Amino acid sequence: MTAAPNPHADANKHDRVIHVLRVRYSKAGKVRFTSHRDVARMWERAFRRSGLPVARTEGFTPRPRVSFGLALPTGYESVGEYLDIVVSAPPAPNELDGAGLANGRRLTAAELPELLTDALPVGIEVQAIEFRVGRTASLQELVTRCRWTFEIRDLDEAVAHVAVTKLLDSTSIPTTRQHKGKQRTDDIRPAIYHLTVIDSGAYGVKFETELAAKPRVVRPSELVPVLAPAHEMGVAVRIKQLTEQEGAAHEPLMCNATPAPYVQARAS
Amino acid sequence: MTTLWPRIEPLLPRVQKPARYIGLEDGMVVPDHGAHKVSWAVMYPDTYEIGLPNQGIQILCEVLNERDDAVAERAYTPWPDMASQLRSCNVPLFTLETHRAVGDFDVIGFNLAAELVYTNVLESLDLAGVPLRQQDRVDTDPIVVVGGHASFNPEPMADFVDVVALGDGEELVGDISQVLQGWKRSGKPSGSRQRVLRELAQIQGCYIPSLYDVTYEGDHIAAIEPKFSDVPEVVYKRTVADLADWPYPKNQLVPLSEVVHDRLNVEVFRGCTRGCRFCQAGMITRPVRERPAEQVSSLISNGLRRTGYDEVTLTSLSTADFSGIESVVAAAIADPLTCGDTTISLPSLRVDAFTVGLADKVSNARRSGLTFAPEAGTWRMRQIINKLILDEDLYGAVESAYSQGWKRMKLYFLTGLPSEMDEDTTAIADLAANCVEIGKSHNKKASVTVSLGGFVPKAHTPFQWFGQNSAEELSRKIGLVREATRRNPRVNLKWHDAKASVVEGLVSRGDRRLGRVIEHVWRHGGVFQEWGEHFNLDLWHDAMAANGLSMDFYVTRHRREDEILPWQHIHAGLHSDFLWQDWQDSLAGHGIPDCRWTPCYDCGACTEYGVEHVVASPVPPAGGSQGTGQDIAAVQAVDGANWVPVTLGSGPS
Repeated sequence: MTAAPNPHADANKHDRVIHVLRVRYSKAGKVRFTSHRDVARMWERAFRRSGLPVARTEGFTPRPRVSFGLALPTGYESVGEYLDIVVSAPPAPNELDGAGLANGRRLTAAELPELLTDALPVGIEVQAIEFRVGRTASLQELVTRCRWTFEIRDLDEAVAHVAVTKLLDSTSIPTTRQHKGKQRTDDIRPAIYHLTVIDSGAYGVKFETELAAKPRVVRPSELVPVLAPAHEMGVAVRIKQLTEQEGAAHEPLMCNATPAPYVQARAS
Repeated sequence: MTTLWPRIEPLLPRVQKPARYIGLEDGMVVPDHGAHKVSWAVMYPDTYEIGLPNQGIQILCEVLNERDDAVAERAYTPWPDMASQLRSCNVPLFTLETHRAVGDFDVIGFNLAAELVYTNVLESLDLAGVPLRQQDRVDTDPIVVVGGHASFNPEPMADFVDVVALGDGEELVGDISQVLQGWKRSGKPSGSRQRVLRELAQIQGCYIPSLYDVTYEGDHIAAIEPKFSDVPEVVYKRTVADLADWPYPKNQLVPLSEVVHDRLNVEVFRGCTRGCRFCQAGMITRPVRERPAEQVSSLISNGLRRTGYDEVTLTSLSTADFSGIESVVAAAIADPLTCGDTTISLPSLRVDAFTVGLADKVSNARRSGLTFAPEAGTWRMRQIINKLILDEDLYGAVESAYSQGWKRMKLYFLTGLPSEMDEDTTAIADLAANCVEIGKSHNKKASVTVSLGGFVPKAHTPFQWFGQNSAEELSRKIGLVREATRRNPRVNLKWHDAKASVVEGLVSRGDRRLGRVIEHVWRHGGVFQEWGEHFNLDLWHDAMAANGLSMDFYVTRHRREDEILPWQHIHAGLHSDFLWQDWQDSLAGHGIPDCRWTPCYDCGACTEYGVEHVVASPVPPAGGSQGTGQDIAAVQAVDGANWVPVTLGSGPS
């Protein structure tokens, strides 16, 4: 026996218009300790639980046609994660055809964030969804830089200011890391667009930075040994992912993102 | 009790797989800890990803949290990197629901699913700050309870546990909670711990090791006697009469990180009466109690809808035997929810064409491998172990599978079985080679994987008297099969470490004297012994030597009929004279039928407990009750009147 016909499979995918939901979501609280791979699996289950008519790939092992943005390192929080979902049901204006949805109900775009958030674990919240028609470049290709905040534990603010100045004054910062089992050294100074101290307290010092995502994603954790050797990083948060169009930086999806306090109240 | 989370969170960036320690699973219950509710920390003494899917723990947590007098949370043994963080930062072991200290709970319950996890129980108690030995615990310390299959010989753990819960736990945890609630209300006054343990000893299924004296004559046990007249001489297990009354877990946990068996599980029946003599699970979980097919179907459909899983396993000891299997499978396939994308997996496949047909229905287009368990290489050996499958049955099943598009067969075998000769061992290679030949006529790339395990005799089975093969003998037999399969590139051999079988055998049939050995191994860093990278046989040999005990006495020695076995006072359902007779029958090469559909031979599991099989079909499934090697008509003709008590229909609704 072969698999039953899949009503969500794109029969003539080249002839048809692609309908994409671009989703912006946050990840905060205890759930930050899950991996990028774990999050992908949470989304797959959320699609099935919510009844969202996600298009599926063809072949022996059909997968949902989704494309994730840049991976968020395990342990980091974010208020700016992205996901593109190809849906099989063509949306009516500002409305998604509800034929494949739970209870056969037609859903408006405004309802979708809540529907998906309810199907996701505590700490993952859908902030905004935008419909797009037609193929666009993948999120991984589009995003060129990310804005982050991160904490360094048990650090004095005055020491932090000195360290920031010293780091920004240096012309090169050779950094060695493990990549596919090999030691790789590169200079991360050109990847640092911005770095400043924004807060301090009993926990240590909080920084904000903007780092390149091309040719590779530079992480805040790579700055910690430069700024404060032997100190531990506290919570790091991805604030924004940015694309560049005609010289200006944009977020892949404009929205009035709900700030972290609301998200954190629900998390943990 | 307050949450330890603010102290745990900073440790997590320092450890591997931090998601092991966060909880947050869908379906998780955050209980309301009332002042008079008995709080249970239910633990699986292994990593989160091994322990989370355990259905027993999930069932008991749900059952307890539905009660007015109890709450339950879960915990797992932290991996050594986390354990060392907890120790160096003075953070005690915690539960996952609210991250409270395990040591603050009234009860710590461990599921002992296998023997090699015992040192992890000690590790967990130590991390929880609870005294290891029960005699060192005071009134305010938690009551340490163990349950699960391995606890049917709890003696090696007698020094460390307060209560052993025998058999099905659904009703038993309620009875224990009731007694402990009275104790908690009274404020656990000084000296009350002993009194409450005496009270628990009155509950059927509650065995309190400290209330029994074990005396020895030389190496042998002279007597096992209760210390007090109100303590029962023999402790009987608990059996839930009808699974229909217990449709749990209602909300199976969906973990956020990857675990083993990461799919929906629905238990279709409990117990098995095929009578495979090596199988402890099949002996201690009798009788067979089927879940009504409609209940199975609704558990599948509701479970898939709620969890978002796209795969469901129908669990039991032999799922193809479930009376309602065809209707359940048909309903699951037809469910519009699944859009034909849901995979239904059937563990422990029976070796027959019916099963292959079933596998054909449930598998999607991707059909890579199918698994069968003939267990032994020759018909003679399979009569000894009562796995009554003819070579032709296997070849028929394999033919049918290859012809329907499967490319790989996996065959499970045991070696080191009673009376096994080298020709029985090497016949494993012949069977595999013949299966490859059958496969070649359907598929050029056909292959067979043979998985070979060393046989470990277990308590409460007919083989409990049999002296296990030594590690050297098991290795030699594995070597015979390796040699015999070496020249066949299509036969891929995998085998289990014979050294680990020695420790499994030691602890499986050990007595109370092994408590010191287990503690010695743990004190010398022997945790996670079921993990290849942590297992260390030398530690166990050292511990035995340090305590003046002989490995051979426990592992390789044949037991005599009149010997007092360490678990003599534990009743798992089976009369010991039945087991001895079955052992003698085994050596004589006599099989025993499946009593679901043939006359009762009074093993004790039904008659001693006033329970019956709950089986929806009066006739055995296609393929016979025990493969085609058994002539049921002949058995019935001899003693047609003496039928097993079989409840027809779906059981009380």
